Amino acid sequence: MAFLQDPTVIVEWLRQLFLGWGLSPSLASLLLYVLGALALATGPLLWVIFLIWFERKAVARIQDRLGPNRVGPYGLLQPFADVLKLLTKEDIIPAKADKFLYWLAPILSLAGVLLLWPAVPLGKGIGGNVNVAVLYLVAVGTLSTFAILLAGWSANNKYALLGAFRTVAQMISYEVPIVLALLVPVLLARSMNLQDIVAAQDVWFVVAAPLAALIFFVASIAEVGRTPFDLLEAESEIIAGFHIEYSGMKFAMFFAGEFLHAFTTGVLGAVLFFGGWRGPGAESYPILGLLYLWIKAFLLYFVIVWIRGTFPRIRIDHLLNFSWKFLTPLALVALMVTAVLDKMLAPLGAWPRALALLVANGVIWLATQRWLRGVEKRLQPPMVAQPGEYPVAHYTPPEPQAAEGD
Amino acid sequence: MDPTWVFIGVFFILAPLLAAAPILIGHYLGPHKPNPIKNDVYECGLKTVGDAWVRFKVQYYLFALVFLIFDVELVFLYPWAVAYDMLPTFAVLEGLLFIIMLLAALIYAWKREALDWYD
Repeated sequence: MAFLQDPTVIVEWLRQLFLGWGLSPSLASLLLYVLGALALATGPLLWVIFLIWFERKAVARIQDRLGPNRVGPYGLLQPFADVLKLLTKEDIIPAKADKFLYWLAPILSLAGVLLLWPAVPLGKGIGGNVNVAVLYLVAVGTLSTFAILLAGWSANNKYALLGAFRTVAQMISYEVPIVLALLVPVLLARSMNLQDIVAAQDVWFVVAAPLAALIFFVASIAEVGRTPFDLLEAESEIIAGFHIEYSGMKFAMFFAGEFLHAFTTGVLGAVLFFGGWRGPGAESYPILGLLYLWIKAFLLYFVIVWIRGTFPRIRIDHLLNFSWKFLTPLALVALMVTAVLDKMLAPLGAWPRALALLVANGVIWLATQRWLRGVEKRLQPPMVAQPGEYPVAHYTPPEPQAAEGD
Repeated sequence: MDPTWVFIGVFFILAPLLAAAPILIGHYLGPHKPNPIKNDVYECGLKTVGDAWVRFKVQYYLFALVFLIFDVELVFLYPWAVAYDMLPTFAVLEGLLFIIMLLAALIYAWKREALDWYD
Protein backbone atom coordinates (compact mmCIF):
# COMPACT_ATOMS: atom_id res chain seq x y z
CA MET A 1 0.00 0.00 0.00
CA ALA A 2 1.92 3.01 -1.24
CA PHE A 3 -0.83 5.29 0.05
CA LEU A 4 -0.17 4.43 3.70
CA GLN A 5 3.53 5.24 3.40
CA ASP A 6 3.15 8.35 1.32
CA PRO A 7 -0.28 10.04 1.14
CA THR A 8 0.97 12.45 -1.53
CA VAL A 9 0.41 9.71 -4.14
CA ILE A 10 -3.26 10.70 -4.09
CA VAL A 11 -2.29 14.25 -5.01
CA GLU A 12 -0.03 13.02 -7.80
CA TRP A 13 -2.72 10.67 -9.08
CA LEU A 14 -5.27 13.51 -9.14
CA ARG A 15 -2.77 15.80 -10.85
CA GLN A 16 -2.20 13.20 -13.59
CA LEU A 17 -5.96 12.83 -13.91
CA PHE A 18 -6.45 16.59 -14.34
CA LEU A 19 -3.57 16.81 -16.79
CA GLY A 20 -5.14 13.90 -18.68
CA TRP A 21 -8.30 16.00 -19.06
CA GLY A 22 -6.21 18.53 -20.94
CA LEU A 23 -5.92 21.17 -18.19
CA SER A 24 -2.81 23.33 -18.08
CA PRO A 25 -0.38 22.44 -15.24
CA SER A 26 -1.01 25.66 -13.31
CA LEU A 27 -4.78 25.24 -13.55
CA ALA A 28 -4.42 21.63 -12.39
CA SER A 29 -2.44 22.82 -9.33
CA LEU A 30 -5.05 25.46 -8.57
CA LEU A 31 -7.81 22.84 -8.78
CA LEU A 32 -5.80 20.64 -6.44
CA TYR A 33 -5.46 23.51 -3.97
CA VAL A 34 -9.19 24.12 -4.07
CA LEU A 35 -9.90 20.43 -3.47
CA GLY A 36 -7.33 20.30 -0.68
CA ALA A 37 -8.74 23.41 0.98
CA LEU A 38 -12.26 21.98 0.74
CA ALA A 39 -11.16 18.72 2.34
CA LEU A 40 -9.20 20.50 5.07
CA ALA A 41 -12.10 22.82 5.90
CA THR A 42 -14.86 20.23 5.71
CA GLY A 43 -13.10 17.74 7.97
CA PRO A 44 -13.09 19.99 11.07
CA LEU A 45 -16.63 21.19 10.31
CA LEU A 46 -17.95 17.62 10.37
CA TRP A 47 -15.84 16.84 13.43
CA VAL A 48 -17.62 19.67 15.29
CA ILE A 49 -20.85 17.68 15.09
CA PHE A 50 -19.23 14.91 17.09
CA LEU A 51 -17.59 17.41 19.47
CA ILE A 52 -20.96 18.94 20.36
CA TRP A 53 -22.32 15.51 21.24
CA PHE A 54 -19.20 14.63 23.22
CA GLU A 55 -19.14 17.86 25.18
CA ARG A 56 -22.82 17.67 26.08
CA LYS A 57 -22.38 14.07 27.19
CA ALA A 58 -19.21 14.77 29.20
CA VAL A 59 -20.55 17.87 30.94
CA ALA A 60 -23.77 15.99 31.69
CA ARG A 61 -21.78 13.20 33.34
CA ILE A 62 -19.80 15.71 35.42
CA GLN A 63 -23.08 17.25 36.55
CA ASP A 64 -24.59 13.83 37.32
CA ARG A 65 -27.03 13.91 34.39
CA LEU A 66 -27.44 11.56 31.45
CA GLY A 67 -27.09 14.07 28.61
CA PRO A 68 -28.57 13.47 25.16
CA ASN A 69 -29.73 9.83 24.94
CA ARG A 70 -32.91 9.77 22.83
CA VAL A 71 -31.93 10.33 19.20
CA GLY A 72 -29.89 7.42 17.88
CA PRO A 73 -27.56 5.16 19.90
CA TYR A 74 -26.25 7.02 22.99
CA GLY A 75 -27.85 10.15 21.55
CA LEU A 76 -25.20 10.30 18.83
CA LEU A 77 -27.66 11.69 16.27
CA GLN A 78 -28.75 14.54 18.57
CA PRO A 79 -26.49 17.16 16.90
CA PHE A 80 -27.97 16.27 13.49
CA ALA A 81 -31.47 16.80 14.85
CA ASP A 82 -30.29 20.13 16.29
CA VAL A 83 -28.85 21.22 12.94
CA LEU A 84 -32.12 20.37 11.18
CA LYS A 85 -34.07 22.31 13.78
CA LEU A 86 -31.76 25.34 13.52
CA LEU A 87 -31.94 25.26 9.72
CA THR A 88 -35.71 25.68 9.79
CA LYS A 89 -35.74 28.49 12.36
CA GLU A 90 -36.60 32.02 11.33
CA ASP A 91 -33.59 34.20 10.63
CA ILE A 92 -34.49 37.28 12.66
CA ILE A 93 -32.61 40.46 11.83
CA PRO A 94 -33.29 43.21 14.38
CA ALA A 95 -34.62 46.39 12.82
CA LYS A 96 -32.02 48.54 14.58
CA ALA A 97 -29.03 46.35 13.76
CA ASP A 98 -26.14 47.23 11.48
CA LYS A 99 -27.09 44.75 8.75
CA PHE A 100 -23.73 44.23 7.08
CA LEU A 101 -21.75 43.67 10.28
CA TYR A 102 -24.63 41.58 11.65
CA TRP A 103 -24.20 39.17 8.71
CA LEU A 104 -20.44 39.31 8.71
CA ALA A 105 -19.89 38.42 12.37
CA PRO A 106 -21.04 34.75 12.41
CA ILE A 107 -19.23 34.06 9.12
CA LEU A 108 -16.01 35.52 10.49
CA SER A 109 -16.45 33.65 13.74
CA LEU A 110 -16.28 30.24 12.07
CA ALA A 111 -13.97 31.20 9.21
CA GLY A 112 -11.44 32.67 11.66
CA VAL A 113 -11.11 29.31 13.38
CA LEU A 114 -11.01 27.35 10.12
CA LEU A 115 -8.20 29.58 8.89
CA LEU A 116 -5.94 28.30 11.67
CA TRP A 117 -5.91 24.84 10.11
CA PRO A 118 -3.69 25.30 7.00
CA ALA A 119 -0.72 25.97 9.31
CA VAL A 120 -1.12 22.79 11.36
CA PRO A 121 1.13 19.85 10.41
CA LEU A 122 -1.06 16.74 10.32
CA GLY A 123 1.67 14.19 9.73
CA LYS A 124 5.11 13.74 8.24
CA GLY A 125 4.91 15.57 4.93
CA ILE A 126 1.16 16.25 5.14
CA GLY A 127 -0.58 19.34 6.37
CA GLY A 128 0.81 22.78 6.91
CA ASN A 129 4.40 23.64 6.10
CA VAL A 130 4.20 27.43 6.51
CA ASN A 131 7.51 29.14 7.22
CA VAL A 132 6.08 31.74 9.63
CA ALA A 133 3.34 29.52 11.01
CA VAL A 134 3.48 30.79 14.60
CA LEU A 135 3.11 34.43 13.54
CA TYR A 136 0.30 33.33 11.22
CA LEU A 137 -1.48 31.66 14.13
CA VAL A 138 -1.16 34.78 16.28
CA ALA A 139 -2.44 36.97 13.45
CA VAL A 140 -5.35 34.80 12.31
CA GLY A 141 -6.28 33.67 15.82
CA THR A 142 -7.46 37.20 16.56
CA LEU A 143 -10.09 37.07 13.81
CA SER A 144 -12.65 35.25 15.94
CA THR A 145 -12.18 37.86 18.67
CA PHE A 146 -12.93 40.45 16.05
CA ALA A 147 -16.07 38.51 15.10
CA ILE A 148 -17.32 38.60 18.68
CA LEU A 149 -16.72 42.33 18.88
CA LEU A 150 -18.58 42.88 15.59
CA ALA A 151 -21.49 40.73 16.76
CA GLY A 152 -21.82 42.61 20.03
CA TRP A 153 -21.60 46.00 18.37
CA SER A 154 -23.80 45.35 15.35
CA ALA A 155 -26.79 43.93 17.23
CA ASN A 156 -27.51 47.31 18.88
CA ASN A 157 -28.44 45.60 22.11
CA LYS A 158 -27.08 46.65 25.48
CA TYR A 159 -26.41 43.15 26.72
CA ALA A 160 -24.64 42.28 23.48
CA LEU A 161 -22.59 45.45 23.78
CA LEU A 162 -21.61 44.63 27.37
CA GLY A 163 -20.50 41.20 26.17
CA ALA A 164 -18.46 42.82 23.40
CA PHE A 165 -16.85 45.28 25.84
CA ARG A 166 -15.82 42.46 28.11
CA THR A 167 -14.50 40.54 25.13
CA VAL A 168 -12.24 43.38 24.13
CA ALA A 169 -10.71 43.63 27.58
CA GLN A 170 -10.40 39.88 28.03
CA MET A 171 -9.10 38.86 24.63
CA ILE A 172 -6.45 41.52 24.32
CA SER A 173 -5.28 40.80 27.85
CA TYR A 174 -4.84 37.09 27.21
CA GLU A 175 -3.25 37.62 23.81
CA VAL A 176 -0.05 38.82 25.49
CA PRO A 177 0.65 35.66 27.56
CA ILE A 178 -0.16 33.53 24.50
CA VAL A 179 2.34 35.37 22.32
CA LEU A 180 4.94 35.10 25.08
CA ALA A 181 4.29 31.40 25.66
CA LEU A 182 4.48 30.72 21.91
CA LEU A 183 7.95 32.28 21.89
CA VAL A 184 9.33 29.47 24.05
CA PRO A 185 8.77 26.58 21.60
CA VAL A 186 9.97 28.85 18.79
CA LEU A 187 13.15 29.50 20.78
CA LEU A 188 13.66 25.81 21.55
CA ALA A 189 13.07 24.72 17.94
CA ARG A 190 14.79 27.75 16.33
CA SER A 191 11.97 27.90 13.82
CA MET A 192 8.50 29.35 13.39
CA ASN A 193 7.48 26.50 11.10
CA LEU A 194 5.21 24.13 13.03
CA GLN A 195 6.53 21.20 10.99
CA ASP A 196 10.06 22.05 12.25
CA ILE A 197 8.79 22.53 15.79
CA VAL A 198 7.30 19.03 15.68
CA ALA A 199 10.52 17.66 14.18
CA ALA A 200 12.58 19.28 16.98
CA GLN A 201 10.61 17.51 19.71
CA ASP A 202 12.79 14.48 20.33
CA VAL A 203 11.85 15.32 23.89
CA TRP A 204 8.38 16.81 24.09
CA PHE A 205 8.58 20.53 24.81
CA VAL A 206 6.21 20.10 27.72
CA VAL A 207 9.18 18.57 29.58
CA ALA A 208 11.49 21.48 28.78
CA ALA A 209 8.88 24.22 29.14
CA PRO A 210 6.01 23.11 31.39
CA LEU A 211 5.32 26.70 32.48
CA ALA A 212 4.97 27.93 28.91
CA ALA A 213 2.68 24.99 28.15
CA LEU A 214 0.52 25.79 31.16
CA ILE A 215 0.37 29.50 30.35
CA PHE A 216 -0.49 28.76 26.72
CA PHE A 217 -3.22 26.35 27.77
CA VAL A 218 -4.86 28.62 30.36
CA ALA A 219 -4.64 31.74 28.19
CA SER A 220 -6.02 29.83 25.20
CA ILE A 221 -9.07 28.77 27.21
CA ALA A 222 -9.59 32.45 27.99
CA GLU A 223 -9.07 33.35 24.34
CA VAL A 224 -11.75 30.87 23.29
CA GLY A 225 -14.01 32.37 25.96
CA ARG A 226 -14.87 29.15 27.75
CA THR A 227 -15.83 28.65 31.37
CA PRO A 228 -14.27 29.81 33.72
CA PHE A 229 -13.48 32.75 31.41
CA ASP A 230 -16.90 32.95 29.71
CA LEU A 231 -17.69 36.49 30.82
CA LEU A 232 -18.57 37.47 27.27
CA GLU A 233 -21.69 35.29 27.39
CA ALA A 234 -22.32 35.02 31.11
CA GLU A 235 -25.95 33.80 31.12
CA SER A 236 -26.75 34.87 34.65
CA GLU A 237 -25.51 38.43 34.09
CA ILE A 238 -26.03 39.47 30.48
CA ILE A 239 -28.42 36.73 29.22
CA ALA A 240 -26.37 35.44 26.29
CA GLY A 241 -23.91 38.26 25.80
CA PHE A 242 -22.69 38.99 22.31
CA HIS A 243 -24.97 36.53 20.46
CA ILE A 244 -28.21 37.49 22.20
CA GLU A 245 -29.88 38.80 19.03
CA TYR A 246 -28.83 35.91 16.80
CA SER A 247 -31.17 33.09 15.85
CA GLY A 248 -31.13 29.98 13.68
CA MET A 249 -28.05 29.14 11.67
CA LYS A 250 -26.22 32.36 12.57
CA PHE A 251 -26.29 31.40 16.23
CA ALA A 252 -25.20 27.89 15.25
CA MET A 253 -22.13 29.32 13.51
CA PHE A 254 -21.01 31.05 16.73
CA PHE A 255 -21.64 27.84 18.60
CA ALA A 256 -19.74 25.69 16.10
CA GLY A 257 -16.95 28.27 15.97
CA GLU A 258 -16.49 28.14 19.74
CA PHE A 259 -16.42 24.32 19.86
CA LEU A 260 -14.02 24.10 16.95
CA HIS A 261 -11.82 26.79 18.50
CA ALA A 262 -11.61 24.79 21.71
CA PHE A 263 -10.58 21.68 19.79
CA THR A 264 -8.14 23.68 17.65
CA THR A 265 -6.58 24.90 20.90
CA GLY A 266 -6.09 21.24 21.78
CA VAL A 267 -4.50 20.60 18.38
CA LEU A 268 -2.14 23.57 18.71
CA GLY A 269 -1.22 22.55 22.26
CA ALA A 270 -0.47 19.04 21.01
CA VAL A 271 1.63 20.35 18.11
CA LEU A 272 3.60 22.89 20.15
CA PHE A 273 4.19 21.01 23.37
CA PHE A 274 3.20 17.35 23.03
CA GLY A 275 5.13 16.27 19.97
CA GLY A 276 2.38 16.78 17.38
CA TRP A 277 2.11 13.79 15.09
CA ARG A 278 5.18 12.06 16.54
CA GLY A 279 4.81 8.57 17.92
CA PRO A 280 5.93 5.01 17.22
CA GLY A 281 5.73 4.28 13.51
CA ALA A 282 4.54 7.76 12.53
CA GLU A 283 7.68 8.42 10.48
CA SER A 284 6.97 5.63 8.01
CA TYR A 285 3.16 5.73 8.11
CA PRO A 286 2.00 9.40 8.12
CA ILE A 287 -1.63 8.35 8.58
CA LEU A 288 -0.63 6.93 11.97
CA GLY A 289 0.82 10.36 12.80
CA LEU A 290 -2.56 11.95 12.09
CA LEU A 291 -4.12 9.47 14.51
CA TYR A 292 -1.57 10.31 17.23
CA LEU A 293 -2.16 14.03 16.76
CA TRP A 294 -5.90 13.47 16.99
CA ILE A 295 -5.58 11.45 20.21
CA LYS A 296 -3.33 14.05 21.85
CA ALA A 297 -5.57 16.91 20.74
CA PHE A 298 -8.65 15.08 21.95
CA LEU A 299 -7.13 14.47 25.39
CA LEU A 300 -6.32 18.18 25.69
CA TYR A 301 -9.83 19.01 24.52
CA PHE A 302 -11.20 16.69 27.19
CA VAL A 303 -9.26 18.64 29.83
CA ILE A 304 -10.86 21.86 28.53
CA VAL A 305 -14.32 20.28 28.82
CA TRP A 306 -13.41 19.01 32.27
CA ILE A 307 -12.40 22.51 33.38
CA ARG A 308 -15.64 23.84 31.94
CA GLY A 309 -17.64 21.38 33.98
CA THR A 310 -15.75 22.02 37.21
CA PHE A 311 -14.84 25.68 37.68
CA PRO A 312 -17.07 28.66 38.54
CA ARG A 313 -16.87 31.89 36.54
CA ILE A 314 -14.19 34.46 37.42
CA ARG A 315 -15.01 38.11 38.14
CA ILE A 316 -13.79 40.59 35.51
CA ASP A 317 -11.21 42.40 37.67
CA HIS A 318 -9.81 39.07 38.85
CA LEU A 319 -9.73 37.92 35.24
CA LEU A 320 -7.72 40.92 34.07
CA ASN A 321 -5.43 40.80 37.11
CA PHE A 322 -4.77 37.13 36.48
CA SER A 323 -3.55 37.88 32.99
CA TRP A 324 -1.60 41.12 33.52
CA LYS A 325 -0.26 40.65 37.01
CA PHE A 326 0.36 36.92 37.03
CA LEU A 327 0.52 35.20 33.64
CA THR A 328 2.40 37.96 31.79
CA PRO A 329 5.25 38.48 34.31
CA LEU A 330 5.52 34.72 34.79
CA ALA A 331 5.75 34.17 31.04
CA LEU A 332 8.40 36.91 30.72
CA VAL A 333 10.52 35.37 33.48
CA ALA A 334 10.09 31.87 32.05
CA LEU A 335 11.14 33.15 28.63
CA MET A 336 14.27 34.83 30.01
CA VAL A 337 15.34 31.77 32.01
CA THR A 338 14.71 29.48 29.02
CA ALA A 339 16.71 31.76 26.73
CA VAL A 340 19.76 31.96 29.04
CA LEU A 341 19.81 28.28 29.96
CA ASP A 342 19.27 27.17 26.39
CA LYS A 343 22.27 29.19 25.23
CA MET A 344 24.44 27.88 28.08
CA LEU A 345 23.42 24.24 27.68
CA ALA A 346 23.56 24.16 23.88
CA PRO A 347 26.41 21.59 23.72
CA LEU A 348 24.48 19.10 25.86
CA GLY A 349 22.20 16.44 24.41
CA ALA A 350 18.42 16.74 24.13
CA TRP A 351 17.51 14.97 27.37
CA PRO A 352 19.96 16.66 29.80
CA ARG A 353 18.98 20.02 28.35
CA ALA A 354 15.28 19.31 28.74
CA LEU A 355 15.74 18.07 32.30
CA ALA A 356 17.81 21.13 33.26
CA LEU A 357 15.09 23.37 31.84
CA LEU A 358 12.49 21.34 33.73
CA VAL A 359 14.36 21.93 37.00
CA ALA A 360 14.64 25.65 36.19
CA ASN A 361 10.89 25.80 35.54
CA GLY A 362 10.29 24.09 38.85
CA VAL A 363 12.45 26.67 40.63
CA ILE A 364 10.50 29.51 38.96
CA TRP A 365 7.27 27.90 40.04
CA LEU A 366 8.37 27.55 43.67
CA ALA A 367 9.57 31.17 43.72
CA THR A 368 6.23 32.27 42.27
CA GLN A 369 4.38 30.41 44.97
CA ARG A 370 6.46 32.05 47.70
CA TRP A 371 5.81 35.45 46.15
CA LEU A 372 2.08 34.74 45.93
CA ARG A 373 2.00 33.72 49.57
CA GLY A 374 3.66 37.03 50.47
CA VAL A 375 1.06 38.96 48.42
CA GLU A 376 -1.72 37.02 50.08
CA LYS A 377 -0.40 37.94 53.54
CA ARG A 378 -0.19 41.62 52.59
CA LEU A 379 -3.70 41.71 51.16
CA GLN A 380 -5.41 39.93 54.01
CA PRO A 381 -5.30 41.06 57.63
CA PRO A 382 -4.07 38.35 59.97
CA MET A 383 -6.89 36.06 60.94
CA VAL A 384 -5.90 35.90 64.60
CA ALA A 385 -8.49 36.84 67.17
CA GLN A 386 -7.42 39.63 69.46
CA PRO A 387 -8.85 39.74 72.96
CA GLY A 388 -12.36 41.16 72.73
CA GLU A 389 -12.36 40.99 68.94
CA TYR A 390 -13.90 38.58 66.49
CA PRO A 391 -11.66 37.13 63.79
CA VAL A 392 -14.23 37.51 61.00
CA ALA A 393 -14.12 40.99 59.50
CA HIS A 394 -17.80 41.63 58.75
CA TYR A 395 -19.28 39.68 61.61
CA THR A 396 -21.23 41.65 64.18
CA PRO A 397 -22.00 39.68 67.29
CA PRO A 398 -25.68 39.32 68.14
CA GLU A 399 -27.09 41.31 71.01
CA PRO A 400 -26.96 39.23 74.14
CA GLN A 401 -30.51 38.13 74.77
CA ALA A 402 -32.00 37.65 78.16
CA ALA A 403 -32.58 34.03 78.90
CA GLU A 404 -36.21 32.99 78.98
CA GLY A 405 -37.89 33.01 82.30
CA ASP A 406 -35.78 35.77 83.81
CA MET B 1 5.24 32.32 -5.65
CA ASP B 2 5.44 29.99 -2.65
CA PRO B 3 2.76 27.31 -3.21
CA THR B 4 1.96 27.21 0.54
CA TRP B 5 0.79 30.79 0.43
CA VAL B 6 -1.26 30.16 -2.70
CA PHE B 7 -2.97 27.37 -0.79
CA ILE B 8 -3.61 29.70 2.15
CA GLY B 9 -4.95 32.31 -0.28
CA VAL B 10 -7.39 29.75 -1.68
CA PHE B 11 -8.30 28.84 1.89
CA PHE B 12 -8.96 32.49 2.74
CA ILE B 13 -11.57 32.60 -0.02
CA LEU B 14 -13.11 29.19 0.68
CA ALA B 15 -13.38 29.31 4.49
CA PRO B 16 -15.78 32.29 4.62
CA LEU B 17 -17.81 30.75 1.81
CA LEU B 18 -18.10 27.48 3.73
CA ALA B 19 -19.16 29.38 6.83
CA ALA B 20 -21.63 31.49 4.87
CA ALA B 21 -23.27 28.56 3.08
CA PRO B 22 -25.23 27.14 6.06
CA ILE B 23 -26.32 30.63 7.06
CA LEU B 24 -27.69 31.30 3.58
CA ILE B 25 -29.40 27.89 3.45
CA GLY B 26 -30.97 28.55 6.85
CA HIS B 27 -31.99 32.05 5.75
CA TYR B 28 -33.97 30.68 2.80
CA LEU B 29 -35.30 27.51 4.49
CA GLY B 30 -36.74 29.22 7.54
CA PRO B 31 -40.02 31.11 7.68
CA HIS B 32 -40.14 34.87 7.16
CA LYS B 33 -42.78 36.58 9.24
CA PRO B 34 -41.18 39.76 10.53
CA ASN B 35 -43.18 42.16 12.65
CA PRO B 36 -42.11 45.29 14.54
CA ILE B 37 -42.26 43.63 17.95
CA LYS B 38 -40.24 40.60 16.85
CA ASN B 39 -37.59 42.77 15.24
CA ASP B 40 -37.31 45.01 18.27
CA VAL B 41 -34.36 44.88 20.64
CA TYR B 42 -34.52 41.89 22.98
CA GLU B 43 -33.63 43.18 26.40
CA CYS B 44 -36.05 42.77 29.29
CA GLY B 45 -39.47 42.80 27.75
CA LEU B 46 -39.81 46.50 28.47
CA LYS B 47 -39.37 49.11 25.77
CA THR B 48 -35.68 49.73 25.37
CA VAL B 49 -34.30 53.08 26.46
CA GLY B 50 -31.88 54.86 24.19
CA ASP B 51 -29.36 53.58 21.72
CA ALA B 52 -26.81 50.87 22.51
CA TRP B 53 -24.11 52.53 20.43
CA VAL B 54 -22.58 54.51 23.24
CA ARG B 55 -19.06 55.66 23.94
CA PHE B 56 -16.55 53.22 25.43
CA LYS B 57 -15.28 53.66 28.93
CA VAL B 58 -11.77 55.12 28.86
CA GLN B 59 -10.43 52.16 30.84
CA TYR B 60 -10.71 49.89 27.79
CA TYR B 61 -8.40 52.20 25.87
CA LEU B 62 -5.79 51.91 28.60
CA PHE B 63 -5.81 48.14 28.33
CA ALA B 64 -5.76 48.37 24.55
CA LEU B 65 -2.73 50.70 24.67
CA VAL B 66 -0.76 48.45 27.00
CA PHE B 67 -1.69 45.48 24.83
CA LEU B 68 -0.62 47.27 21.67
CA ILE B 69 2.77 48.16 23.11
CA PHE B 70 3.35 44.61 24.26
CA ASP B 71 2.15 42.86 21.15
CA VAL B 72 4.07 45.00 18.72
CA GLU B 73 7.28 44.70 20.73
CA LEU B 74 6.90 40.96 21.24
CA VAL B 75 6.71 40.39 17.52
CA PHE B 76 10.28 41.75 17.33
CA LEU B 77 11.39 38.89 19.57
CA TYR B 78 10.34 36.19 17.10
CA PRO B 79 13.22 36.73 14.65
CA TRP B 80 15.56 36.84 17.64
CA ALA B 81 14.27 33.41 18.76
CA VAL B 82 14.46 31.92 15.27
CA ALA B 83 18.08 33.02 14.73
CA TYR B 84 19.13 31.96 18.23
CA ASP B 85 21.84 29.50 17.11
CA MET B 86 23.62 32.16 15.08
CA LEU B 87 23.56 34.82 17.77
CA PRO B 88 26.69 35.78 19.69
CA THR B 89 26.37 36.10 23.46
CA PHE B 90 26.16 39.87 23.10
CA ALA B 91 22.99 39.64 20.96
CA VAL B 92 21.45 37.23 23.45
CA LEU B 93 22.12 39.72 26.25
CA GLU B 94 20.63 42.46 24.12
CA GLY B 95 17.49 40.38 23.67
CA LEU B 96 17.34 39.86 27.42
CA LEU B 97 17.72 43.60 27.95
CA PHE B 98 14.77 44.10 25.61
CA ILE B 99 12.65 41.65 27.65
CA ILE B 100 13.70 43.37 30.90
CA MET B 101 12.62 46.69 29.41
CA LEU B 102 9.26 45.13 28.61
CA LEU B 103 9.03 43.90 32.17
CA ALA B 104 9.89 47.39 33.42
CA ALA B 105 7.14 48.84 31.23
CA LEU B 106 4.71 46.32 32.68
CA ILE B 107 5.72 47.24 36.23
CA TYR B 108 5.38 50.95 35.37
CA ALA B 109 1.85 50.41 34.02
CA TRP B 110 1.10 48.32 37.07
CA LYS B 111 2.30 50.99 39.53
CA ARG B 112 0.44 53.73 37.64
CA GLU B 113 -2.68 51.57 38.17
CA ALA B 114 -3.36 51.27 34.45
CA LEU B 115 -4.02 47.58 35.00
CA ASP B 116 -6.57 48.01 37.80
CA TRP B 117 -10.23 47.67 37.02
CA TYR B 118 -12.52 50.36 38.43
CA ASP B 119 -16.27 50.05 38.40
